[in-house]
Amino acid sequence: MTIVGKSKRSPSFRRNRWMLSAILFVIWLYTILPLFYVVVSASKSNNDLFTTFGLWFSSDFHLLQNIHDVFSYQDGIFSRWLLNTIGYATAAGVGAALFSTMAGYALAKYQFFGKRLVFAIILGAVMIPQTALVVPLFLLMSKVGMVNTPWAVILPSLVFPPGVFLMRVYADDAIPNELIDAGRVDGAGEFHIFSALTLRLLMPGFATVLILAFVATWNNYFLPLVVLSSAEYFPVTVGLAQWYATATVGSGGGAALFTLVLAGALLSIVPVIIAFIVMQRFWQGGLGAGGVKA
Amino acid sequence: MAGPRPKKRRHLISKRVAPYLFLAPFTLLFLAFLIAPMVYAFNLAIYRTTVVAGTKFVGADNFIRALGDPKFWQGVIVLLKFAIIQIPGMVAVALLIALILDSGTVYLKSFFRVSLFLPYAVPAVIATLIWGYLYGPAFGPFTQLANALHLPAPDFLAASTVLPSIANIANWEYTGYQMIIYYAALQAIPADLEEAAAMDGANGFIYALKVKLPLIAPMVVVTVIFSIIGSLQLFSEPYLLHNIAPAQISNSYTPNYYAYSLAFSNQQYNYSAAVSFVLGAVTAVISYVFMLIVNRGSRA
Repeated sequence: MTIVGKSKRSPSFRRNRWMLSAILFVIWLYTILPLFYVVVSASKSNNDLFTTFGLWFSSDFHLLQNIHDVFSYQDGIFSRWLLNTIGYATAAGVGAALFSTMAGYALAKYQFFGKRLVFAIILGAVMIPQTALVVPLFLLMSKVGMVNTPWAVILPSLVFPPGVFLMRVYADDAIPNELIDAGRVDGAGEFHIFSALTLRLLMPGFATVLILAFVATWNNYFLPLVVLSSAEYFPVTVGLAQWYATATVGSGGGAALFTLVLAGALLSIVPVIIAFIVMQRFWQGGLGAGGVKA
Repeated sequence: MAGPRPKKRRHLISKRVAPYLFLAPFTLLFLAFLIAPMVYAFNLAIYRTTVVAGTKFVGADNFIRALGDPKFWQGVIVLLKFAIIQIPGMVAVALLIALILDSGTVYLKSFFRVSLFLPYAVPAVIATLIWGYLYGPAFGPFTQLANALHLPAPDFLAASTVLPSIANIANWEYTGYQMIIYYAALQAIPADLEEAAAMDGANGFIYALKVKLPLIAPMVVVTVIFSIIGSLQLFSEPYLLHNIAPAQISNSYTPNYYAYSLAFSNQQYNYSAAVSFVLGAVTAVISYVFMLIVNRGSRA
């Protein structure tokens, strides 16, 4: 799209283009500053972290040593945390996407008793602050012995009401009723119609919900903090925050943890950033449609 | 039956049962992990457990106590201030970026769009850690710069600055995400509107202001409501910054933080549940009031 009323060649177009690019560049500097700082600081020794200027590299490139230290500190528990995070986010992402797709499909393509009520409840649930439920959830799960297990993180993360909302809208648009009718005429069962005929068409929506739920679980802190107590089950967020708290106490070996926390932070954001750049096509198409939930 | 049409096979799952089966997994999890905790929180909140008297029914006492608890309301007020500081700036900047990208009058469009969105991939905890380092008085780069220039070092964690500092972290985390939502909405505006505006002699700036913005305004309102809900749930950022600013950020700084402290530092589970429940109710009321105001405003 070009700007209205101006040809691309005109001097005023070029002047505007420079000006608007400059505005974005300033915002870009602000956005990139913390990320740049992590890269710089994660490649310093703990001593240089305190004594050299924070926004530029020191002469002593210490990144590989720091990465090695992160993975060996406390018997290498950091790699465990990374695997936990990947496991929780993948299970929650795939599960939430699948269940949302099934529910959204049912709400979009079937007439049944209670349909409007179910949809109204799900819409209302989008407004319920799930974090306000974390403490009661912990108390409830401790009654049934579920706390301090991976299930305590995964199962609540599978409930993703915005995903159902998004998939209902998506299924409504993407699946022609004739397709389902044709499947029925050919004698296919309802579940076969869903899995063999329509699921393929729902895939872009499915991928969007998967990404949203995956990132929500990857980023989650409050829920795992409350429901997990053994370090072996921690996701990266809870583990790193604990190291950070130790580091800020400062006494003893605490201060030496500062560089480890930074290197750990770098290691935990790089995979997601790469995944985002690679999967641009998916999130850019879908996030707008489903972007009602911040 | 011999006919031209293939014989209909009988299926275990009929057309009438199928939707309920498709809904079942989500519904079961929804009941177990969203509705049940709500009911349980309510149930907990109507009892009080003490060492001496055991558990006894107290009716609305815990709710009344929460509604009259200055610590709870201080937390709510902090978060309302936070929302006022944070949300308008974030929405304005996100809209500005989205409009610039959508106008196409910019160099390196894809590069900007992707890199401005990247903070969304950074967990709030990690973002807070990083900003905590940047704010830090010991070796934060801003302090270093000020020292090098013989200026007084800025204190990002003083009583008066800590809230804007938290708001800045939230801005950094979510502006790119809001921008992508607005950008997608702008891209969906049909191009013939632009041609019509050009015929009427509107320039790009006027077109953006008078045509595009009103068209995506409903979407913006929705994102603002979700931002308000999100603000009232603030926990990770203050909880972590408490490590480096314990005097400025108490353990009841936000309502969620308060509920957490009540449950895990004081073992006051019943009262903690009441605070969680009241927070949910306050959130619902504030979102509803905001929607009413917006609706009235748009009708006037």
